[in-house]
Amino acid sequence: MPENEKNTEKKIQSNIDDKLFKVKYVPDDEPHLKPDESKCLICDSKVCTYICPAHVYEWDEENKKLIIGYENCMECGACRIACEHKCIDWNYPKGTKGVTFKQG
Amino acid sequence: MKNKTDVIVVGGGPAGISAAITIARAGKKVVLIERGSFSGSKNVFGGAIYVQPTKEIFPNFEESAPLERKTVSHKYIMCTETESISANYVARNEETVSYSVIRAKFDRWMAQEAQKEGVVLVTETLVKDVIVKENKIVGVRTELEEYFSDIVILADGVNSLLAKQVGLRKEIKSKDVALGVKEVIKLSKEKIEERFNLNDGEGAIYEIFGGSMLGMLGLGYVYTNKETVSIGLGISLDELAKRKLKPYEMLDEIKSHPSIKPFLKDGELVEYSAHLIPEGGYKKMPKLYAHGVLVVGDSAMLVNNLHWEGTNLAMISGKLAGETAVIAIKKGDFSANTLSLYQKKLENSFILKDLKSYKNLMDIVHSRAESYLGYYPHKITEFFKMFTAVDSIPKRQKYHGFIKSIFTDRSISELFKDAWGFVKMIVGVLR
Repeated sequence: MPENEKNTEKKIQSNIDDKLFKVKYVPDDEPHLKPDESKCLICDSKVCTYICPAHVYEWDEENKKLIIGYENCMECGACRIACEHKCIDWNYPKGTKGVTFKQG
Repeated sequence: MKNKTDVIVVGGGPAGISAAITIARAGKKVVLIERGSFSGSKNVFGGAIYVQPTKEIFPNFEESAPLERKTVSHKYIMCTETESISANYVARNEETVSYSVIRAKFDRWMAQEAQKEGVVLVTETLVKDVIVKENKIVGVRTELEEYFSDIVILADGVNSLLAKQVGLRKEIKSKDVALGVKEVIKLSKEKIEERFNLNDGEGAIYEIFGGSMLGMLGLGYVYTNKETVSIGLGISLDELAKRKLKPYEMLDEIKSHPSIKPFLKDGELVEYSAHLIPEGGYKKMPKLYAHGVLVVGDSAMLVNNLHWEGTNLAMISGKLAGETAVIAIKKGDFSANTLSLYQKKLENSFILKDLKSYKNLMDIVHSRAESYLGYYPHKITEFFKMFTAVDSIPKRQKYHGFIKSIFTDRSISELFKDAWGFVKMIVGVLR
């Protein structure tokens, strides 16, 4: 079965916001994730928008901008590695900021 | 010199703590720097810790560590879209091999034990850079200060920006890591014990193939804790990227699989988390040492994916790095030549021996994922469906039809590649 067909057949619609609600964050004032926006404009795949487990990235088609909800970031690194253009200036949040797992 | 110590360990996870405690026990000064508010606050795993290696670092951990359940049951479940086949190995009254734990509690306990033995623990502090002078690593720079040491041990996890910074590691490729997502779900102790067939204090580990991950290099798991279950999965990052998949949707799909759903009924989400898992194995290991530096745990990509061993490799590699550091301090020689002893120790231990045994495994399974983890699960369930069907069709006819289909479903060359891949894996492990 071609891959595209397989994906549209999936009936699961996850509510990622419900999942994220349970996670403890201390957001910083400024983002610790900085993609090169010029590359976002030419990026076909927009991998970050679906690969991020915390749904940090959303592509605003109208304003041709990447919305970065860094306050949800779980600091996993998937975006940095998967980015088609390897253009994310990726850092950990400062000490005292970011996610705190109470379970892990 | 202000802010000078014998060893700085970056990263307060199992590897870092084990390295630091080994050094402190030998009477040397060590500072352990953790970026989270406490050890474990930025760590995620399945999971379970293994008794024998943990005892090497914490001989009496069973008396005082926060442990969840002792594993008595291993279940391997292969799922198609709606069916499943499982094999359950249950062993009671045997010596305990592993315990499920909660990282935020267990790592925190380990760090406290390390402090009791003299490790100076600094939390909520991010190390931004490694300080290099004349080709030797001499310390680290945080957001606020510089700390200096004879040796720096990098235990900063799978992403290890610091190992990359000092040229020991290249940037990770998507196929060399898996993205893991996990949910901790609250269920009563009674429900857990009833559903997983456990007595008080006993635990189960479920390993799930297929389901939403059919045809992909991915694995799901369920661990039972005292009053929660941990369910999660890890899928190769390149697969997710290539197929445009959202990891949490994959997890929700597995959770709603007819064979998995009943275990989680009436459960309440406690926490959702995500983390990367090294997958590249032996071939993708970074350089493990240089002048004044050693690399341990996930930073050194030390994970045995087939067996889900990561924390034990982290702890033992930490210990071996700690031992090497102590020898170097006593010699007053922190050159790469002296520190190369760490690699020799790893090579003589199960760590590199196992990683070498499995070094081809991930490549082979990656290349054959569609068949090993897609076609064969379907074929095996097809066999059972045929075997259990009662439909007035003569059995011999059905068997002949099934055997014939193996040769007609796909090309002979595909079958040959499957068999060859399997042989290569076995030979690679045993030779």
